[in-house]
Amino acid sequence: MENLLNAFILLVNYIVIPATAYGCQLAIGALGATLIFAVLRFSNFAHGELMSFGAMITVLATWALQSAGISIAPLSTALLALPVGIIGAVAMTLLTDRWVYRYYRRQRSHNVIFMIVSIGVMFFMAGLIRFIIGPDDQNFDDGVRFLINAREFRQWTGLEEGLAIRSSQAITLVITIICVAALFWFLERTRTGKSMRAFADNEDLALLSGINPERVVAIAWIIAAALATIAGTLYGMDKSYKPFVFQQLLLPIFASAIVGGFGSPIGAVAGGFIIAFSEVIVTYAYKKFFTYILPEQLAPDGLLQLLATEYKFAVSFIILVLVLLIKPTGIFGGRSS
Amino acid sequence: MSSTLRNTLLFLVMGLLLLADAYFHSWNSALYILNLCLISAIMALGVNIQWGYAGLINFGVMGFIALGGTAAVFISSDPVYAAWAAGGAGILVSGVFLVATIVAAVYVRKLVDKENKGLRIFATAAVVVVGYFVTRYFYDPAVLAIEAVDSSATGFLGGLGLPILFSWIGGALFAAGAAWLIGKVALGLREDYLAIATLGISEILVTIMRNEDWLTRGVKNVVGLPRPVPYEVDLRDAAWFINLSERFSVSPSDFASIFVKLCYSGLFVVVLLLVLLLAELALKSPWGRTMRAVRDNETAAEAMGKDVKRIHLKVFILGSAVIGLAGAMLTTMDGQFTPGAYQPLRFTFLIWVMVIAGGSGNNWGAVLGGFLILFFWMEAEPIGVALLDQLTSGLSDDSPIRQHLTDNAQQMRLVMMGLLLLIVMRFRPSGLIPEKGAERR
Repeated sequence: MENLLNAFILLVNYIVIPATAYGCQLAIGALGATLIFAVLRFSNFAHGELMSFGAMITVLATWALQSAGISIAPLSTALLALPVGIIGAVAMTLLTDRWVYRYYRRQRSHNVIFMIVSIGVMFFMAGLIRFIIGPDDQNFDDGVRFLINAREFRQWTGLEEGLAIRSSQAITLVITIICVAALFWFLERTRTGKSMRAFADNEDLALLSGINPERVVAIAWIIAAALATIAGTLYGMDKSYKPFVFQQLLLPIFASAIVGGFGSPIGAVAGGFIIAFSEVIVTYAYKKFFTYILPEQLAPDGLLQLLATEYKFAVSFIILVLVLLIKPTGIFGGRSS
Repeated sequence: MSSTLRNTLLFLVMGLLLLADAYFHSWNSALYILNLCLISAIMALGVNIQWGYAGLINFGVMGFIALGGTAAVFISSDPVYAAWAAGGAGILVSGVFLVATIVAAVYVRKLVDKENKGLRIFATAAVVVVGYFVTRYFYDPAVLAIEAVDSSATGFLGGLGLPILFSWIGGALFAAGAAWLIGKVALGLREDYLAIATLGISEILVTIMRNEDWLTRGVKNVVGLPRPVPYEVDLRDAAWFINLSERFSVSPSDFASIFVKLCYSGLFVVVLLLVLLLAELALKSPWGRTMRAVRDNETAAEAMGKDVKRIHLKVFILGSAVIGLAGAMLTTMDGQFTPGAYQPLRFTFLIWVMVIAGGSGNNWGAVLGGFLILFFWMEAEPIGVALLDQLTSGLSDDSPIRQHLTDNAQQMRLVMMGLLLLIVMRFRPSGLIPEKGAERR
C-alpha cells in the first residue's frame, strides 16, 4: 500500500505538477497566437519574441523595484512589475501594427506576405531584446521558493517520496485560471468581445454590420501582447529568463494552438495541456515508478524512458506534424483557410 | 538605365564591398567571407527554386543544410570497424523493425474500414507500440556498444572513408530523399501550415543529429574531416610554394591560408556557376513556364491538365537538393560537423531574407541576395562595435553603459536584418533584381 502511495506521489511530483505549470504557460502563449490568427488571419512568427519582450520589460521593472526596496514578500516582486511589462509589450505590438502590418492590411495582402513580414519583426525584436538585456540567463524571481517542500512533505507523511510544489508553479496555475476565465468572459459576454468573434468568423459581414476593423485589430493585439507577457514572465519565473529559449518555445506554442484548432481559444488551452503532458510523459524515466509497484524480483534494469529528455521539444514538433498531416483543423475544429 | 547594366553595377558594388573588407581587414578575412557568400548564394538559389519558381514555403532550410552536413560525415569520415562489429548488426536489425513498423502502421490504416474509426485508431496504436518496443529491444544495446568504442575519439559508426567531394553529391541526394518523403506527406498543406510543418521537421532532424551520438557523435562534433584542398602545413614546406610566395612577397605561412581559401573559392565558384546555369535553363524551359503558371494560378494550371501535386513535389525535391549540396559544402569548408551550430535564425530565416531582398523568382537576384546579406551579417559586428564606440565616445572607457552597449553590439545584426527585410517587403517587394516581366505579388 505504501509502495503504491509512493508511486503515486512520484508521478504527481515529476509529471503532473511540472506538466501542469508548463501546460499553463503554453496555453496562455497559444491563446495569444490563436487570437492573432483568428482576427488578423496569419501565423505570427514573432509571437515567441513578443513573449520574450514582455518578459524582458517585466524583468527590468522587477530589478528597478528591487533596488528601490519595494516588495510584496512572500510573493515575487515580478508580479508587481507585470503590468509594466504588459504596457511595454502592448506599446510594441501597437507600434508594429501601425508601422508594419497596417499597410499590408490595407493592401489586402496574402497571408503569406504577413507571415514573411512577421519574420522581419521577429528578427528585429530578437536583436533588440538581446541588445538590451544580453543573451545570458537572468534570474529575477525573489519570492518564497516552495509552497510545499519535499523534505517537509516526507516528514509529515512518513513516505519515502517527497512532493514539492514551487510557488512559481502555484502562481502560474492561479494566474492562468484568472486569465482564461477573464478572456472567455470578455469574448462571450462583452459587446467588444462579441464583435471580435463576429469579425473573426466573417470579416465582410462584420464590416457590413458596422464593426470598426481597426478597433478590433487593436484590441486583438492588446490582448495578445498582455497574454504573451504573462506567459513569458511565468515561464521565466518557473525556469529562468533567457532570450534564446523563446525562439525554441515558438514551435510548442504553434503546436498547442494547432492541435486544439488554430483560431479556437478553447482549443489553444486544451492544446497547451496536451503538448505539455505528452512532452513530460514521454520523456520521464519510469524506472523508479515500476520499482515501487512491481514485486522486487521483477524490478526493471533500464531507465524505462520512452524518449531521451533531449527530445522534449521534439515531442511537440512530432505531435504538431502528425496533427497537421492527419487532422489539420485540430481537435476543436479551428479555421481551415 | 537598362536592367542588365544596373544588375552588373550591383554585382560590381558587391565586389567592391569585398575588396573593401580585404583592404580594411585582410585578404584572409575577405576570402573567408567570399567563400561563405558563395555557399549562401547556392542556398539562396535552392530556396528561390522552391519559393520564387513555385511559391512553395520551405522553412526547413536548416534541416536540409544539416542533412548535407551529415552526408559529409557519412561519406568521408573513416569507418569505425570496431563500432560496426560491436553494434552494427543491432542497429541494422532495429532499422529494419523501424521501417517495418511504419509500413505496418500505414498498411493497417488502409486495411481497416474507414467507418470504424475506433478500431482503426486502436489497431494503428497497437502496431506502433509493439513495433516501438521491438525496435528498442535491438536498438538500445547496439547504441550502448557503439558509443562505448573509444568514446572520446570515435564512439560512432563512422562513414565510408571516401573523398569528401563525393559528399557534395551525397548531400544533394540525402536532401532530395528527405524532401521526397516530406513533400509526399506535407505538400498538400496550405501555405502557413506547410511553413510551420517544415520548420518543425527541420527541428526534429537537427535534434536527432544532436542526440544520436552513435550516428553523428552528437554535440561531441565530428572533427578533422578530410579536405579537398591541400593542408597549410604541407604547403609551407613545399619548395614551389615558398618560391611562389616570394614572388608575391608575402610570408609563406600567410600565403598558405590565403591559397587554401582560394582553392575553396575556385571549387565553390564552379559549383555555383553550374547550379546557376541549370537553374536559369530550367527557368526558361517549358518546365519553368509551367512552374510559374502553377504558382500564379493553381486552379487555372490544373484546369489546363497540369498535375500540380507532381510539379510541386518535383520542385520541392530539386530545391532541397541544391540546399543539401550547399550544406555539404559548408561542412567541407569548416572541416567539422557541429550539429549545435544549426540555428533556424541563421540557417533558415537568414536564407529567406537573402532570397526576398535579392529578388524572389530571379536567380541572379537570389545570388546577389546571398552575397549581400551574408556580407552584412558578417560585417555587422565590427561595424556595430565601431559605430557604438563612436557614439559613446563621450562616455569614459569604464562607463557601464558604454561597456554594455559595445558588449552587445553584435546583436545589432539581428535588428539590421529585421529592418532590412521589413523595408524591402514594404518598398521593393520584388527585391533588388526583380523577376523578369513579373507583376508585383
